[in-house]
Amino acid sequence: MSAPAGPATAIGPFELRVTRGDLVRYAGASGDFNPIHYSDDAARAVDLPGVIAHGMLTMGLVIQPLIDWAGGDPGAVLAYDVRFARPLAVPDGAAVELTVAARAAAPEPGRMTVNLTVTSAGQKLLGKAQAVLDPSRIPSGRR
Amino acid sequence: MPVNPDSAGRRYRLTEPYLVNRQKLREFASAVGAKAPACFDVAAARALGYADLVAAPTFAVVIAQAAEREYVADPTAGIDFARVVHAEQSFHHHRPIVAGDQISAELTVVSVAERAGLAMVTTRTDLSDAAGQPVSAVTSTLAVRLGAGG
Repeated sequence: MSAPAGPATAIGPFELRVTRGDLVRYAGASGDFNPIHYSDDAARAVDLPGVIAHGMLTMGLVIQPLIDWAGGDPGAVLAYDVRFARPLAVPDGAAVELTVAARAAAPEPGRMTVNLTVTSAGQKLLGKAQAVLDPSRIPSGRR
Repeated sequence: MPVNPDSAGRRYRLTEPYLVNRQKLREFASAVGAKAPACFDVAAARALGYADLVAAPTFAVVIAQAAEREYVADPTAGIDFARVVHAEQSFHHHRPIVAGDQISAELTVVSVAERAGLAMVTTRTDLSDAAGQPVSAVTSTLAVRLGAGG
Protein backbone atom coordinates (compact mmCIF):
# COMPACT_ATOMS: atom_id res chain seq x y z
CA MET A 1 0.00 0.00 0.00
CA SER A 2 3.06 2.21 0.19
CA ALA A 3 4.25 1.97 -3.40
CA PRO A 4 6.64 4.84 -4.03
CA ALA A 5 5.07 7.53 -6.18
CA GLY A 6 7.83 7.28 -8.76
CA PRO A 7 7.87 8.90 -12.15
CA ALA A 8 6.25 7.31 -15.19
CA THR A 9 8.30 4.48 -16.67
CA ALA A 10 9.06 4.45 -20.39
CA ILE A 11 8.75 0.97 -21.94
CA GLY A 12 10.05 0.12 -25.41
CA PRO A 13 9.89 1.10 -28.18
CA PHE A 14 9.27 -2.27 -29.80
CA GLU A 15 9.13 -2.98 -33.52
CA LEU A 16 6.56 -5.41 -34.97
CA ARG A 17 5.91 -6.54 -38.53
CA VAL A 18 2.59 -7.48 -40.13
CA THR A 19 2.14 -9.35 -43.41
CA ARG A 20 -0.82 -10.67 -45.42
CA GLY A 21 0.06 -14.08 -44.05
CA ASP A 22 -0.47 -12.74 -40.52
CA LEU A 23 -3.95 -11.55 -41.51
CA VAL A 24 -4.84 -14.98 -42.91
CA ARG A 25 -3.56 -16.65 -39.77
CA TYR A 26 -5.54 -14.25 -37.55
CA ALA A 27 -8.70 -14.78 -39.62
CA GLY A 28 -8.45 -18.51 -39.03
CA ALA A 29 -7.54 -18.25 -35.37
CA SER A 30 -10.27 -15.73 -34.56
CA GLY A 31 -13.05 -16.80 -36.93
CA ASP A 32 -13.27 -13.26 -38.36
CA PHE A 33 -13.53 -13.88 -42.11
CA ASN A 34 -14.62 -10.43 -43.20
CA PRO A 35 -13.35 -10.33 -46.83
CA ILE A 36 -11.88 -6.83 -46.37
CA HIS A 37 -9.07 -8.63 -44.52
CA TYR A 38 -8.06 -10.84 -47.48
CA SER A 39 -9.55 -9.50 -50.71
CA ASP A 40 -8.43 -6.20 -52.27
CA ASP A 41 -11.56 -6.23 -54.44
CA ALA A 42 -13.83 -6.60 -51.42
CA ALA A 43 -11.95 -3.85 -49.57
CA ARG A 44 -12.10 -1.40 -52.50
CA ALA A 45 -15.81 -2.12 -52.96
CA VAL A 46 -16.36 -0.47 -49.57
CA ASP A 47 -13.98 2.42 -50.30
CA LEU A 48 -10.94 1.12 -48.45
CA PRO A 49 -7.54 1.46 -50.13
CA GLY A 50 -7.05 -2.31 -50.16
CA VAL A 51 -6.85 -5.13 -47.66
CA ILE A 52 -6.63 -3.86 -44.08
CA ALA A 53 -5.56 -5.67 -40.93
CA HIS A 54 -8.21 -6.75 -38.45
CA GLY A 55 -8.29 -4.07 -35.78
CA MET A 56 -8.26 -6.95 -33.32
CA LEU A 57 -5.04 -8.25 -34.82
CA THR A 58 -3.36 -4.90 -34.19
CA MET A 59 -4.83 -4.75 -30.68
CA GLY A 60 -3.76 -8.32 -29.96
CA LEU A 61 -0.23 -7.83 -31.29
CA VAL A 62 0.71 -4.59 -29.59
CA ILE A 63 -0.08 -5.76 -26.05
CA GLN A 64 2.36 -8.67 -26.30
CA PRO A 65 5.61 -6.72 -25.80
CA LEU A 66 4.03 -5.17 -22.70
CA ILE A 67 3.12 -8.60 -21.29
CA ASP A 68 6.68 -9.77 -21.90
CA TRP A 69 8.10 -6.63 -20.28
CA ALA A 70 5.82 -7.17 -17.28
CA GLY A 71 7.11 -10.68 -16.64
CA GLY A 72 5.13 -12.84 -19.05
CA ASP A 73 1.82 -13.40 -17.20
CA PRO A 74 -1.05 -12.76 -19.67
CA GLY A 75 -3.44 -12.79 -16.71
CA ALA A 76 -1.83 -9.59 -15.44
CA VAL A 77 -3.94 -7.64 -17.95
CA LEU A 78 -7.07 -6.61 -16.05
CA ALA A 79 -8.41 -4.22 -18.67
CA TYR A 80 -7.46 -3.10 -22.14
CA ASP A 81 -9.16 -0.37 -24.18
CA VAL A 82 -8.37 0.98 -27.62
CA ARG A 83 -9.84 3.38 -30.14
CA PHE A 84 -8.90 2.64 -33.73
CA ALA A 85 -7.81 5.88 -35.39
CA ARG A 86 -7.12 4.64 -38.91
CA PRO A 87 -7.07 1.35 -40.78
CA LEU A 88 -3.75 -0.40 -41.32
CA ALA A 89 -3.40 -1.23 -45.01
CA VAL A 90 -1.33 -4.37 -45.57
CA PRO A 91 -0.21 -4.70 -49.20
CA ASP A 92 0.52 -8.07 -50.77
CA GLY A 93 4.16 -9.07 -50.71
CA ALA A 94 5.46 -6.54 -48.20
CA ALA A 95 5.67 -6.34 -44.42
CA VAL A 96 4.19 -3.33 -42.66
CA GLU A 97 6.13 -2.11 -39.63
CA LEU A 98 4.52 -1.05 -36.38
CA THR A 99 6.22 0.76 -33.52
CA VAL A 100 4.90 0.33 -29.98
CA ALA A 101 5.98 2.61 -27.16
CA ALA A 102 4.47 2.52 -23.70
CA ARG A 103 4.46 4.59 -20.52
CA ALA A 104 3.53 3.06 -17.22
CA ALA A 105 2.18 5.35 -14.56
CA ALA A 106 3.37 4.83 -11.00
CA PRO A 107 1.42 1.87 -9.58
CA GLU A 108 -1.65 2.52 -7.47
CA PRO A 109 -3.00 -0.07 -5.06
CA GLY A 110 -4.14 -3.00 -7.20
CA ARG A 111 -3.55 -1.41 -10.58
CA MET A 112 -0.84 -0.12 -12.86
CA THR A 113 -2.02 1.91 -15.85
CA VAL A 114 -0.02 1.78 -19.07
CA ASN A 115 -0.65 3.96 -22.12
CA LEU A 116 0.52 2.63 -25.46
CA THR A 117 1.44 4.66 -28.53
CA VAL A 118 1.24 2.66 -31.74
CA THR A 119 2.46 4.12 -35.02
CA SER A 120 3.07 2.91 -38.54
CA ALA A 121 4.90 5.03 -41.13
CA GLY A 122 4.85 7.87 -38.61
CA GLN A 123 1.06 7.88 -38.20
CA LYS A 124 -0.82 6.94 -35.07
CA LEU A 125 -2.92 3.82 -35.57
CA LEU A 126 -4.69 3.98 -32.23
CA GLY A 127 -6.32 7.11 -30.84
CA LYS A 128 -6.26 5.65 -27.36
CA ALA A 129 -4.68 2.46 -26.12
CA GLN A 130 -4.62 1.82 -22.41
CA ALA A 131 -4.01 -1.30 -20.39
CA VAL A 132 -4.50 -1.80 -16.67
CA LEU A 133 -2.15 -4.38 -15.16
CA ASP A 134 -2.41 -6.22 -11.85
CA PRO A 135 0.77 -5.33 -9.90
CA SER A 136 0.49 -8.53 -7.89
CA ARG A 137 1.14 -10.47 -11.11
CA ILE A 138 4.20 -8.44 -12.11
CA PRO A 139 7.70 -9.17 -10.73
CA SER A 140 8.74 -6.59 -8.18
CA GLY A 141 11.54 -5.22 -10.36
CA ARG A 142 8.95 -3.96 -12.85
CA ARG A 143 6.55 -2.17 -10.52
CA MET B 1 -29.67 -1.02 -46.06
CA PRO B 2 -29.90 1.14 -42.95
CA VAL B 3 -28.85 -0.08 -39.55
CA ASN B 4 -31.95 -0.56 -37.46
CA PRO B 5 -31.86 1.92 -34.54
CA ASP B 6 -34.56 -0.11 -32.80
CA SER B 7 -32.09 -2.93 -32.20
CA ALA B 8 -30.68 -1.08 -29.17
CA GLY B 9 -31.50 -3.03 -26.04
CA ARG B 10 -31.74 -6.37 -27.80
CA ARG B 11 -29.86 -9.35 -26.43
CA TYR B 12 -28.32 -12.27 -28.25
CA ARG B 13 -26.89 -15.41 -26.66
CA LEU B 14 -24.56 -18.08 -27.90
CA THR B 15 -26.67 -21.14 -28.53
CA GLU B 16 -24.28 -23.30 -26.51
CA PRO B 17 -21.30 -22.53 -24.25
CA TYR B 18 -17.92 -22.04 -25.90
CA LEU B 19 -15.55 -24.83 -24.86
CA VAL B 20 -12.06 -23.35 -24.48
CA ASN B 21 -9.35 -25.80 -25.50
CA ARG B 22 -5.56 -25.75 -25.46
CA GLN B 23 -5.17 -26.04 -29.22
CA LYS B 24 -7.35 -22.99 -29.92
CA LEU B 25 -5.60 -20.95 -27.24
CA ARG B 26 -2.21 -21.79 -28.75
CA GLU B 27 -3.42 -21.05 -32.28
CA PHE B 28 -4.79 -17.67 -31.18
CA ALA B 29 -1.71 -16.83 -29.12
CA SER B 30 0.52 -17.57 -32.12
CA ALA B 31 -1.67 -15.42 -34.37
CA VAL B 32 -1.23 -12.38 -32.10
CA GLY B 33 2.50 -12.91 -31.64
CA ALA B 34 2.34 -13.98 -28.00
CA LYS B 35 5.60 -15.18 -26.51
CA ALA B 36 4.48 -15.82 -22.92
CA PRO B 37 5.12 -19.50 -22.08
CA ALA B 38 1.86 -19.63 -20.08
CA CYS B 39 -0.02 -19.31 -23.40
CA PHE B 40 1.63 -22.44 -24.81
CA ASP B 41 2.98 -24.66 -22.05
CA VAL B 42 0.69 -26.14 -19.40
CA ALA B 43 3.48 -26.50 -16.84
CA ALA B 44 4.40 -22.83 -17.29
CA ALA B 45 0.77 -21.82 -16.79
CA ARG B 46 0.48 -23.96 -13.66
CA ALA B 47 3.70 -22.46 -12.31
CA LEU B 48 1.89 -19.09 -12.39
CA GLY B 49 -1.01 -20.57 -10.43
CA TYR B 50 -3.45 -21.22 -13.29
CA ALA B 51 -5.39 -24.44 -13.75
CA ASP B 52 -4.33 -24.72 -17.41
CA LEU B 53 -3.11 -22.69 -20.41
CA VAL B 54 -3.94 -18.99 -20.13
CA ALA B 55 -5.65 -17.13 -22.97
CA ALA B 56 -4.07 -14.05 -24.53
CA PRO B 57 -5.95 -11.01 -23.15
CA THR B 58 -7.81 -10.37 -26.42
CA PHE B 59 -8.93 -13.99 -26.89
CA ALA B 60 -12.26 -13.10 -25.26
CA VAL B 61 -13.16 -11.35 -28.51
CA VAL B 62 -13.36 -14.71 -30.28
CA ILE B 63 -16.26 -15.69 -28.04
CA ALA B 64 -17.78 -12.20 -28.09
CA GLN B 65 -17.65 -12.07 -31.88
CA ALA B 66 -19.41 -15.43 -32.06
CA ALA B 67 -22.27 -13.81 -30.15
CA GLU B 68 -21.94 -10.73 -32.35
CA ARG B 69 -22.46 -12.89 -35.43
CA GLU B 70 -25.87 -13.85 -34.04
CA TYR B 71 -26.72 -10.15 -34.01
CA VAL B 72 -25.22 -9.34 -37.42
CA ALA B 73 -26.97 -12.37 -38.94
CA ASP B 74 -30.34 -11.11 -37.70
CA PRO B 75 -31.89 -9.67 -40.88
CA THR B 76 -33.83 -7.12 -38.85
CA ALA B 77 -30.56 -5.63 -37.48
CA GLY B 78 -29.70 -4.24 -40.93
CA ILE B 79 -25.93 -4.65 -40.66
CA ASP B 80 -23.91 -5.32 -43.84
CA PHE B 81 -20.82 -7.11 -42.52
CA ALA B 82 -18.65 -6.09 -45.50
CA ARG B 83 -19.24 -2.42 -44.60
CA VAL B 84 -18.20 -2.82 -40.97
CA VAL B 85 -14.96 -1.40 -39.59
CA HIS B 86 -13.94 -1.57 -35.98
CA ALA B 87 -13.97 1.75 -34.11
CA GLU B 88 -13.40 0.92 -30.43
CA GLN B 89 -12.80 -2.14 -28.33
CA SER B 90 -12.41 -2.79 -24.64
CA PHE B 91 -11.93 -5.73 -22.31
CA HIS B 92 -12.52 -5.82 -18.59
CA HIS B 93 -11.43 -9.14 -17.20
CA HIS B 94 -12.69 -10.49 -13.90
CA ARG B 95 -10.25 -13.34 -14.37
CA PRO B 96 -8.24 -14.75 -17.28
CA ILE B 97 -9.82 -17.37 -19.52
CA VAL B 98 -8.06 -20.73 -19.20
CA ALA B 99 -8.27 -23.98 -21.17
CA GLY B 100 -11.14 -26.11 -19.94
CA ASP B 101 -13.47 -23.17 -19.36
CA GLN B 102 -17.03 -23.41 -20.62
CA ILE B 103 -17.95 -19.84 -21.44
CA SER B 104 -21.46 -18.52 -21.94
CA ALA B 105 -21.90 -15.21 -23.71
CA GLU B 106 -24.73 -12.72 -23.74
CA LEU B 107 -24.52 -9.73 -26.06
CA THR B 108 -26.49 -6.56 -25.41
CA VAL B 109 -26.87 -3.93 -28.10
CA VAL B 110 -25.97 -0.84 -26.08
CA SER B 111 -26.59 1.85 -28.67
CA VAL B 112 -27.04 2.56 -32.37
CA ALA B 113 -26.26 6.10 -33.49
CA GLU B 114 -25.77 7.66 -36.92
CA ARG B 115 -23.20 10.33 -37.60
CA ALA B 116 -21.43 11.55 -40.74
CA GLY B 117 -22.42 8.66 -42.98
CA LEU B 118 -21.61 6.05 -40.36
CA ALA B 119 -23.79 4.02 -38.05
CA MET B 120 -21.97 3.53 -34.76
CA VAL B 121 -23.12 0.30 -33.14
CA THR B 122 -21.95 -0.42 -29.59
CA THR B 123 -22.39 -3.83 -28.05
CA ARG B 124 -21.36 -5.30 -24.72
CA THR B 125 -20.88 -9.04 -24.37
CA ASP B 126 -20.78 -10.48 -20.88
CA LEU B 127 -18.87 -13.73 -20.59
CA SER B 128 -19.47 -16.06 -17.67
CA ASP B 129 -18.21 -19.49 -16.68
CA ALA B 130 -19.99 -22.78 -16.02
CA ALA B 131 -20.59 -21.71 -12.41
CA GLY B 132 -22.28 -18.54 -13.64
CA GLN B 133 -19.44 -16.35 -12.38
CA PRO B 134 -18.45 -13.34 -14.53
CA VAL B 135 -15.25 -13.77 -16.57
CA SER B 136 -15.03 -10.76 -18.89
CA ALA B 137 -17.00 -7.84 -20.24
CA VAL B 138 -16.17 -7.18 -23.88
CA THR B 139 -17.36 -3.88 -25.34
CA SER B 140 -17.16 -3.19 -29.05
CA THR B 141 -18.09 -0.24 -31.23
CA LEU B 142 -18.48 -0.96 -34.92
CA ALA B 143 -18.70 1.73 -37.58
CA VAL B 144 -20.96 0.66 -40.43
CA ARG B 145 -20.35 2.68 -43.59
CA LEU B 146 -23.66 3.76 -45.04
CA GLY B 147 -22.41 4.18 -48.62
CA ALA B 148 -25.13 4.71 -51.24
CA GLY B 149 -26.21 1.64 -53.12
CA GLY B 150 -23.64 -0.59 -51.41
